[in-house]
Amino acid sequence: MSGASDSPGRRALRRFLRHRLAVFGLVVVALFLLAAILAPWIAPADPLQTSWTAIRKPPSLEHLFGTDENGRDVLSRVLYGARASMAAGVISVSVALLIGVPIGVLAGLAGGWVDAVIARIADAMLSVPFLILAIALAAFLGPALENAMLAIAVTASPIFVRLARGMALEARATDWVEAARALGNPPWRLGLVHVLPNIIPPLLVQATLSIAEAIIAEASLSFLGLGQQPPAPSWGSMLNSAQRFLTQAPWLAVFPGLAIFLVVLAFNLMGDGLRDALDPRGERR
Amino acid sequence: MLAWFLRRLGQIVPTLLILSVMIFGLQQLMPGDPALTLAGEERGDPQVLAQIRAELRLDRPLPEQYLHWVARAVQGDFGFSWRIREPVAKLILEKLPVTFQLAVMAFLIALVIGIPAGVISAVRRDRPVDWLANGLALFGISMPNFWLGIMMILLFSVQLGWLPPSGYVPLTEDPVQSLATTIMPAFVLGSGIAGVLMRHTRAAMLGALSQDYVRTARAKGLDERVVVGRHALRNALIPVVTLGTIEFGRLLAGAVLTEQIFTIPGFGKLIVDAVFNRDYPVVQGVVMATALIFVTLSLIADILYMAVNPRLRSA
Repeated sequence: MSGASDSPGRRALRRFLRHRLAVFGLVVVALFLLAAILAPWIAPADPLQTSWTAIRKPPSLEHLFGTDENGRDVLSRVLYGARASMAAGVISVSVALLIGVPIGVLAGLAGGWVDAVIARIADAMLSVPFLILAIALAAFLGPALENAMLAIAVTASPIFVRLARGMALEARATDWVEAARALGNPPWRLGLVHVLPNIIPPLLVQATLSIAEAIIAEASLSFLGLGQQPPAPSWGSMLNSAQRFLTQAPWLAVFPGLAIFLVVLAFNLMGDGLRDALDPRGERR
Repeated sequence: MLAWFLRRLGQIVPTLLILSVMIFGLQQLMPGDPALTLAGEERGDPQVLAQIRAELRLDRPLPEQYLHWVARAVQGDFGFSWRIREPVAKLILEKLPVTFQLAVMAFLIALVIGIPAGVISAVRRDRPVDWLANGLALFGISMPNFWLGIMMILLFSVQLGWLPPSGYVPLTEDPVQSLATTIMPAFVLGSGIAGVLMRHTRAAMLGALSQDYVRTARAKGLDERVVVGRHALRNALIPVVTLGTIEFGRLLAGAVLTEQIFTIPGFGKLIVDAVFNRDYPVVQGVVMATALIFVTLSLIADILYMAVNPRLRSA
């Protein structure tokens, strides 16, 4: 074993790659990301193209996932729908990280009343279940995919505030941060150089699990008509219209739901794998 | 114990107050003037607009509007629904028992599946049964509620015709029909929680089984069932009890979509309908009521934790 391959990062990567289910999750996530990016090139048809002659046709060689109540190709709509879901998952959680982490680190390092106020605000937001808060926010912002994403980002941020604050509090009590402070480092430098690198592993795990939650939230909001607006395809709104044709066209309900389930499962598997890989004590729960 | 309880209550009050400010603030996010929205056809009539503004106190300064709102909210009065013209609190109290029935059934299903699965999986660690249980738990956690609901309707109502696809019959009216209308949504709600409970029971059991007292019990020659059931499980259940209480609160969120899919007139359907009707006082009231229930449940969880764990009582 060479010295270079033994950095903590590489060891974690090796542990992750040994975790077969986590690798499966990574592969599925990568496939869905590719589907989202390449949708215009790989989709067999235009997702908005309606057709009078192909209304509610069951899956066939011509339409692998069948067609919907307006004769649109379901496979193409599922592929394009990946865009809304992946964007909502990845962008919302990135924004939540950008809001939550600096605020959390600030609270932990500053202490005093700043910390008390921030901690109470995070508590208050966490006392309402995720989906209900997201629905309320999206309802007041108005129905649109961007608003749904904003609502999800804001709702997802307090968990990062709490996590970053906890880690910053822990770091503040250590000798090396105390020493750095004594040397006259300004607070922002303490946060950036001494606290942030240490909290990246748990943040990464939480972010992965939060993406799964954000994707479900986007699908839920779109299902309720608060997210992606028709006719633009999204898995949630496809399921909503599929519900009206359960007896005549059950395939409409199968494929978008299966897509949500697979993506969420994949992110959860990745999150579990990351947790095991990044925890040096490494006991599998 | 009393001092601890008072300190805990002292944390809850500011949390709820901050939340009330945020929920009140939601109104400010609304695009446009609510008075114009409410006036509808009569939006051109300044007299109607003035009347609406006066009635809803929209003409007062914001802090005054907030104080008025929160002072009434503390007394359990969340104002009037804009559309149904009834007190929001009354609407919530009407819908809550329906969701409560659903939540209790879901929770029972989750307990009956999750805890034994967790125990078996810990005892048979790294065997096929363990993998199966872990797989099912992950399945339950990753399955979106609403899709599972639609798939169950497809199978049990459309294909097999065993259960009604939607609707609700109160328990007091016809218990059998009531169970028939709620068993599918309850299972949908319970499956995710069963997964969470299974994982936590498994982790707690693995911890308990490696303790000295379990080794002692085994060394005494006690039957393995007694060791697992009486010694390990009792201790392992302590964290699971706390967690279960909090998961119970989360059922409320799950109920939102589940009730929508099965057209059950509960708490979740109330907020969805309110969102569609732009009935903002109802949305605010429901969010506040949910927070109240959630905070109360976590207080109960803490008390239970103290009650089942005597070592903490003196702290």
